Amino acid sequence: MAEITYLEAIREALAEEMARDPQVFLIGEDIGAYGGAFKVTDGLLARFGPDRVIDTPISETGFVGAAAGAAHMGMRPVVEMQFIDFISCAYDMLTNYVATARYRAFLPCPMVVRGPSGGYVRGGPFHSQNPEAAFLHTPGLKIVYPATAEDAKGLMKAAIRDDDPVLFFEHKYLYRRIKGVMPPGDHIVPIGKARTARAGTDVSIITYAATVWKSLEAAEILAAEHGISVEVIDLRSLLPMDDEAISATVRKTNRVLIVHEDTVTGGIAGEITARINETCFEWLDAPVRRVAAHDVPLPYAPALEDFVLPQTADIVHAVRWLAAY
Amino acid sequence: MRLTRSLEERLVNLYRQTKVVGGLFRSLGQEACAVGSAFALERRDVMSPLIRNLGSMLVKGATPVEVLKQYMAKGDSPTRGRELNIHFGDLTDRNFVGQISHLGDMVPVLAGIALSFKLRREPRVGLVYVGDGATSTGAFHEGINFAAVQRAPLVVVVENNGYAYSTPTANQTAAESFAAKGAGYGIPGVRADGNDVLEVYGTTRTAVARARRGEGTSLLEFMTYRRKGHAEHDNQSYVPAGEGERWAAENDPLDRYAARLLGEFGCEETELATIDAAVLAEIEAATDAAEASGFPEPSEALRGVYADPAAMPSLWYRGDKRAAVDKSERAAGAWGTFDG
Repeated sequence: MAEITYLEAIREALAEEMARDPQVFLIGEDIGAYGGAFKVTDGLLARFGPDRVIDTPISETGFVGAAAGAAHMGMRPVVEMQFIDFISCAYDMLTNYVATARYRAFLPCPMVVRGPSGGYVRGGPFHSQNPEAAFLHTPGLKIVYPATAEDAKGLMKAAIRDDDPVLFFEHKYLYRRIKGVMPPGDHIVPIGKARTARAGTDVSIITYAATVWKSLEAAEILAAEHGISVEVIDLRSLLPMDDEAISATVRKTNRVLIVHEDTVTGGIAGEITARINETCFEWLDAPVRRVAAHDVPLPYAPALEDFVLPQTADIVHAVRWLAAY
Repeated sequence: MRLTRSLEERLVNLYRQTKVVGGLFRSLGQEACAVGSAFALERRDVMSPLIRNLGSMLVKGATPVEVLKQYMAKGDSPTRGRELNIHFGDLTDRNFVGQISHLGDMVPVLAGIALSFKLRREPRVGLVYVGDGATSTGAFHEGINFAAVQRAPLVVVVENNGYAYSTPTANQTAAESFAAKGAGYGIPGVRADGNDVLEVYGTTRTAVARARRGEGTSLLEFMTYRRKGHAEHDNQSYVPAGEGERWAAENDPLDRYAARLLGEFGCEETELATIDAAVLAEIEAATDAAEASGFPEPSEALRGVYADPAAMPSLWYRGDKRAAVDKSERAAGAWGTFDG
């Protein structure tokens, strides 16, 4: 089997699910003839036709709401945000309508909202965001954010088949840089299950998305230069979160660093820290610490963006601090 | 118009030299919309440009060196490296407000700016630009409706250039025209030839005068054509063959205005050549100045989130280090520029 990119893995998942289930359709801006701003849906219009790859006006509230309506009727829409930064335009529809539909009105909303997320690409404040934490606080939604091509495919297929709304964050820095060989057959990665990206014994890093790769890079440096054995847990799903995997790694290494690209205050690391505190306090040999973005809007200039976002050197520094505690 | 076009051509050169850090957005073929409408404003009036309104900003007093530094992410750019391309403004002197990427959002903001003029009895006017795409947003609708209800002194300019990214206007609205939507808000809606700079100027002037007289909001639709892609990386595969070439050959706003200047207004070729030479000299000097200026200090990233405190703290793992990375963790060439 040939390697394909993270981006191609998502496209493959969309195509397979569309072929499998005629209720699956795609909706979003410039996804048809143009194939999407990042070409994720390239070729799908030609293959499935305009009834299943629907170009929309610039109306995020409108097409998220329309997707919810179609989902109520048994269809399985996959909505593209051209950049995930624009999901804020549909925040009302997602949090007030979509997330509550099952609970308050017994209306299933099996839909996926996906889009390119994240920084390290000089995109400036409106093409680099990581808004996952804003939705973690909304019961009724599920959230996934894959780091590998295999997970991108397997989680997308799981998200489309899920009976509840799933926000599917894709990291645009990983789109064409990360490749993988897809497992044969109907490859599904269950929502809510973390994976061990690297096994280790001294310090655990709990992370997701692009910072998985920075953490792995740091783990290499820490092993080679400092003799520290680092375990890297890739959460993959943020809501629901894999508490068992978190607990297991804490009990194994007793020292935990949480790394994410989103800003530190109110970020998901705070929630993970609270869970560890509540369930594994006596297993800790050091305080749980966080490496995340500084609390500023993400700036455009390379020197500024590099300063704001977590870098490999920061992870190395933080793990050494934890190991020495 | 010449300055707009030549400055963008210089930016293309710099982009190809990878000196433009992010994407590059052109307004080729739309210069008359931007320039003609902005000329109808006074200095005290407030304008909000969209991504194709470099010309409007230049009329409002933005300088080529500011634009070049902004694109090149320089430390002394108008946003000190924080924002991209023409996302900048000056509300203290020249009176234009920088846009954000979320389309339509500037319409309610300018409605509020215009409302402040009405509330304070100031004879000033607001003007906000949107494209055909932004008219589909909730923010556009809510903003223009609110301005209309308040009879705020606001002019809303829809530049109908045929495409929003790859989406043709026919997929954006089922309405016959954007001007027709004025009726739905109870305000005048006027459509004009966006590639005739004098018609754009005259149409905008009428709407601005109406607003200044206290008669409220107007919607203007200027018909034009986006000859380049959404951004420089866009290959326009979705555009029918020959369409752009036809507009370039038959309906170029600079050619049309030059023809009128030489014919109707009795200008000499040498006068136009002198203007072109002056524009190129200005861009040359601006490029030198922009290239000479430095990139921002990394720790500047922490300043300016709030009035108080002036700077956010550096996170614990950085210690007293000023830069995140000594040079860059990236292998040379591995991190491409962003083109969204």
